[in-house]
Amino acid sequence: MAFSAIFRKPKNELEKGGRKSAKNVESDVEMTQSCPVCKAANALGTLLENLYVCKCGYCFRVTARQRIAYLTDKDSFQELYTDIVSVDPIEFPEYQEKLEKAREGSLEPEAVLCGIAKINDVDCALFAMDPNFMMGSMGAAVGEKITRLFEYATEKSLPVIGCTVSGGARMQEGIISLMQMAKTSGAVKRHSDAGNFYITLLTDPTTGGVTASFAMQGDILIAEPGAIVGFAGARVVEQTVRKKLPPGFQKAEVMLEHGFLDMIVERKEQKETITTLLKMHSKELGKHKAKTRRVWRQATRS
Amino acid sequence: MTTAYEQVVATRSQERLTGLDFINGLFTDFIELHGDRRFADDPAIVGGLAYLGDIPITVIATEKGRDTKSRIKRNFGTPNPEGYRKALRLMKQAEKFNRPIICIIDTSGAFCGIGAEERGQGQAVAENLYEMMTMRTPILSILVGEGGSGGALALAIADEVWILENAVYSVISPEGCANILWRDPDRAKEAAEHLKLTAKDVSKLGIVDKVVKEHEEEPDIMLDSLVTDISMWYEKISKLNNDELIEKRYERFRKIGDYM
Repeated sequence: MAFSAIFRKPKNELEKGGRKSAKNVESDVEMTQSCPVCKAANALGTLLENLYVCKCGYCFRVTARQRIAYLTDKDSFQELYTDIVSVDPIEFPEYQEKLEKAREGSLEPEAVLCGIAKINDVDCALFAMDPNFMMGSMGAAVGEKITRLFEYATEKSLPVIGCTVSGGARMQEGIISLMQMAKTSGAVKRHSDAGNFYITLLTDPTTGGVTASFAMQGDILIAEPGAIVGFAGARVVEQTVRKKLPPGFQKAEVMLEHGFLDMIVERKEQKETITTLLKMHSKELGKHKAKTRRVWRQATRS
Repeated sequence: MTTAYEQVVATRSQERLTGLDFINGLFTDFIELHGDRRFADDPAIVGGLAYLGDIPITVIATEKGRDTKSRIKRNFGTPNPEGYRKALRLMKQAEKFNRPIICIIDTSGAFCGIGAEERGQGQAVAENLYEMMTMRTPILSILVGEGGSGGALALAIADEVWILENAVYSVISPEGCANILWRDPDRAKEAAEHLKLTAKDVSKLGIVDKVVKEHEEEPDIMLDSLVTDISMWYEKISKLNNDELIEKRYERFRKIGDYM
């Protein structure tokens, strides 16, 4: 499958992987994308082929649709609950305007996409959050969509793949956004108690109320290299403890060392890894055959 | 009339009853149980066994401390992951022995520290939400002061949630909100107003089941009537079987949230 076909040109700074300082914006901005880590100029064509990963391994942020496109089989994604969108429940100042801007900037009605799809022919339910929609923050609409997806997956005995990227609860919805953590957790628990499988793919950044609810409740937690996975924002922690933060603070690699992740998987490997895990959790025993067993004696002797 | 922000500030007053005051004021024969059996004992969360009338219960409370020394010891009532894990351990014990669980909440939130992050603050909160949702024993949570975000919610997945009339419950502190939205913590007053965080507001939004009158001059009146109310609550809820109980708990949270 040609990945270039599924990636479109980034529409804004976030999608391109963070803000660049003004001096980096040159006339050839259309052609290359500079990496915020190694500073290399990536030709856009190469980036598309590499699923938006720089040669140095830095993973640029991708939209929910881009995420779903590279994880699932072509044209297999059927979106659900597209009609559920945010309202302004506590009449918070400027929230309506922010929602409109987010919809324009992300071309999505809400900060999460939900649906069913096939991953290498295995059926699953799947959600992906969108960093361009108010940094994937969770209000009542996001909470409702994710809850419905888990309820649907419970009813149909489907595994769930959840791709998270979020600043946490959406404070413009006040206490109602906090309650979405409870609501989604309840749905995840029911899905799990019914014996269903849930993988979370944590991408940069996954923080706050999303980390403190469904992001951490997967049976298996996979993170993307370099992703920030934490509860409090790093700046808040720094201000609270008035100490310099240790190197790699909240980075996936450090979180793995501390025992909070199962694995870190590069973007181009994610579909295969998820496929293997899905097959191992298939409810129809014998449906998926293991690959040829490695003959270890020969392998170690040669 | 007090403003929302004045109410927030008042919840932080050293004059207010703390978690331990409620434990000792509401229940008898309190026996404190320590530690999460994994890392440490968190002094910001106090838990143990006690009697409500003649019913043994499990009680879990955040504790802020009162003077500077005790406030430092209690980390100003902001729990670390081990606090939430201790709470969960005690709740699972309560489930095993069919004891009701009563949580007393007064915290500005889960602690934002280096160690807290390294030991999985988010995971600890997430696990409590997840496990409490299907805990097969009645749970009552009472917000008695500051109800700060996920750190408060981690003890508030309950069959009923009550709030004292001068307490608050919020997704973020007004200072934090003002800082993020307007990069100006001085606009906290404005943020407090907009966040709809007072007892009255969260009651109107259907987040809590009961607003408890405080009788500030005479806290004993409040404590006495709370004992009666808690006993009545337990009498009513203990009639449900466990399947009905957790179904109702799920529905309680399931219906929260306006969308189009």
